[in-house]
Amino acid sequence: MKEISILIGGKAGDGIRQAGHIIARLLNRIGYRIFFYDDYPSLIRGGHNFSIIRASEKRIVAHKETVDIIVALNQDTVDKHKHQLNDGGLILYDSKKSDAQGIGFDFMEMVKELDGKPIMRNTAAIGALAGVINIEWSVLEKVITDAVEHEIDLNLKIARQAYDRVETPLKPVPKLNQKPLPLVSGNEAISLGAVKAGLNMYIAYPMTPASAILHYLAANESELGVVTVHPESEIGVVLMALGAAYAGARTMIGTSGGGFALMNEALSLAGQGELPIVIVEAQRPGPSTGVPTYTAQGDLGFVVHAGHGDILRVVLAPGDAEEAFYTAGLAMNLAWKFQIPAFVLSDKHLSESIFSFGGDLDKIKPEKPLLWNNQGEYKRYLDTQNGISPIAFPGNPSAIIKATSYEHDEKGITTEEPEAIAQMQRKRQRKRHTLIDELKQYETVKVYGNPDSKTVLLCWGSTTGACIEVADALDLKVVQPLLLEPMPVEALKKALFGADKIIDVEVNATGQLAKLVSAHGICIDDMILRFDGRPFTVDVLLDNVKEVLS
Amino acid sequence: MTTVKELGTYAQNTWCPGCGNFGILASIKKALADLEEDGLDLNKVAIVSGIGCHAKIVDYININTFYSIHGRVPPPMTGIKLANPDLTVIGHAGDGDAYGEGIEHLIFSAKRNIDMTFIVHNNRVYGLTTGQFTPTSPPDFKGRSTPGGSPEDPLNPIELMLSSGATFVARGYTKNMTHLQSLIKTAVNHKGFSFIDVLQPCFTFFNTYDYYNERVYEIDQRDHDASDKKSAFFKAEEWAYGVGERIPIGIFYQVNKPTYEEKLLAGRVPVQLTPGDIRSVLEKHI
Repeated sequence: MKEISILIGGKAGDGIRQAGHIIARLLNRIGYRIFFYDDYPSLIRGGHNFSIIRASEKRIVAHKETVDIIVALNQDTVDKHKHQLNDGGLILYDSKKSDAQGIGFDFMEMVKELDGKPIMRNTAAIGALAGVINIEWSVLEKVITDAVEHEIDLNLKIARQAYDRVETPLKPVPKLNQKPLPLVSGNEAISLGAVKAGLNMYIAYPMTPASAILHYLAANESELGVVTVHPESEIGVVLMALGAAYAGARTMIGTSGGGFALMNEALSLAGQGELPIVIVEAQRPGPSTGVPTYTAQGDLGFVVHAGHGDILRVVLAPGDAEEAFYTAGLAMNLAWKFQIPAFVLSDKHLSESIFSFGGDLDKIKPEKPLLWNNQGEYKRYLDTQNGISPIAFPGNPSAIIKATSYEHDEKGITTEEPEAIAQMQRKRQRKRHTLIDELKQYETVKVYGNPDSKTVLLCWGSTTGACIEVADALDLKVVQPLLLEPMPVEALKKALFGADKIIDVEVNATGQLAKLVSAHGICIDDMILRFDGRPFTVDVLLDNVKEVLS
Repeated sequence: MTTVKELGTYAQNTWCPGCGNFGILASIKKALADLEEDGLDLNKVAIVSGIGCHAKIVDYININTFYSIHGRVPPPMTGIKLANPDLTVIGHAGDGDAYGEGIEHLIFSAKRNIDMTFIVHNNRVYGLTTGQFTPTSPPDFKGRSTPGGSPEDPLNPIELMLSSGATFVARGYTKNMTHLQSLIKTAVNHKGFSFIDVLQPCFTFFNTYDYYNERVYEIDQRDHDASDKKSAFFKAEEWAYGVGERIPIGIFYQVNKPTYEEKLLAGRVPVQLTPGDIRSVLEKHI
């Protein structure tokens, strides 16, 4: 298989992510499928940042610990990562800032010669790398022109200078006969999926790793037909969103665990008031502030159980950009069809990694909610057989619409009468059954690897990518529930049928999925848990699984 | 045309006899009926309330309503207004809602100057939780959580709103109903964030009728320059929610400024937007 992994590292402020992104686009343009991992501490200047760009001829959704080329803009990058270099690998380094065995160039000198800015050192590094991996100049020229926002000509000159200094392409990467695909982060995929399902408003308070959804939608507001709002707090966010939903706007909000904790009281209001809302919860390591710019899957139990009272909700956990696109759209449609909160449970690893996106855009279409037919007296909480009450919005000339946080009668007037309370609880429970039935038509549990294998890796969300490759290598089966609430018990049991050994793989300290499924009689034989803020890489997980199997 | 009677509902009113809330309910209904006569479409009105005695008002009024949670009246109002700026949005909040639990939302609504009307039922005591001090209770207020007297000085919401950026700041009193109706109508017609602090006695836990009757006077709007912030502050200082012998009611401040939704939406109406073409956006990702 044709494949290459490149690590680029430097200080925060060196433009590492942007340089990594350009490298990913170069390899994309010559036909490779990409997975891009970005690792950075929570600071603005200094520290150590690196990105790994893995390019393969086939679709990949995970990266490896080991790499073929290291591009080092400082000594830290050499020192911290040289042990990750594969046999025959190469270090391309800034000879003024670092020393290594490999090939060095004085990138700053090249920048200075052309009167560039210090940040353009990364352009010089990209130019040299392109020479080393034998990318045609025209490809590099086009990518820089497309990707760089300011001083394109100067950047091109610097890149060309470095490109020409490379005498021999030591690690040539052959061009493939595949069309390039859009490179999309998990956050961008969530944004686009929601837009495809008719998103009108996105409301959010900045919080890593969800902030990029706000940035992306704000930057593309007019093209995507969306209004973005940045309110005073997460409490403001969720309640504005519920007000907007009441008025008829399809609304999504996004945050991480701490922000979502602030939203819990209003989540309960969405449950009582039957107000549709899509909530993106992009996890990072907790408890509390935890490790803000790293990854974890530690909020599964929290999101599934959040809010006081019995709240009907949907929780979808995508594992790659295509699933992120699809589940965001599905969440929007289900939220409105059932007038409930619907979650897209992401994490830093999914939200901020970049994928080659080959999703079927037409798999998602905006579906209309059950609208009131304007006949007779409107009752917001009409007690129907399937539990779904027709919806109407303020401004309707023949309806008075009363939404409420109190238990209520059909009209939405407060009640404390036992029969009326029980009637509404029963209505909402009927809606739960309708939802569970509806969800059976979707692929809620995915199976990869050898379907006949008796050994199963059970995983969810962004951990799936590494599991798939490990399963392929060891001829195992992977089972990934895409839906985590209501738990698709039937589909999950079917997927696990015949398994002798179920190994639960999660990025948290207690095995939260294992705990959830055990409530449905599914027993886990082994757990492989990672909780150091880092995602599973293919090679590390392979070793972990081999150990468990031996 | 809708009559005041038609603006009522079948819900049984559970306020205590003598409650100041009755005056506010009657005033908002009369104001809405009058505003309808002046051309306001009542189907395009949405009223939001918080939690507390005041909040029951949404059950008693036959208008689109959103019964929110404690302290969270301005955010749903903001969401409604932004989603469909064609709607007229009115909020009712208690002093616990507005100045305690959810004070940041109030400050931000004023700061943004979003076009909506916010009416505070300020009885200066927690009624529904049976008599604790609130942010506007007088100094040394003896409530069930402060039997030895409140250790805090009260907040002056008029001053708070003036410094936060509200473009319409007024105070009413539930006994002066004609005056209150007129304030509400002016507030709804004002383009921008309109704030009315309504002095409302709690007959059961903090009966302030006599206290207010002796001190309240209506501002002679001809003598007061409501476009001048300094004059507004000067007027606001006359009574510090406990200290001061004369209590002015009326419009302290009113100016025109661009509104939040005008700036944020620039003519867009979110509920009418259609999704854009994501294919062309995806092209840029290659």
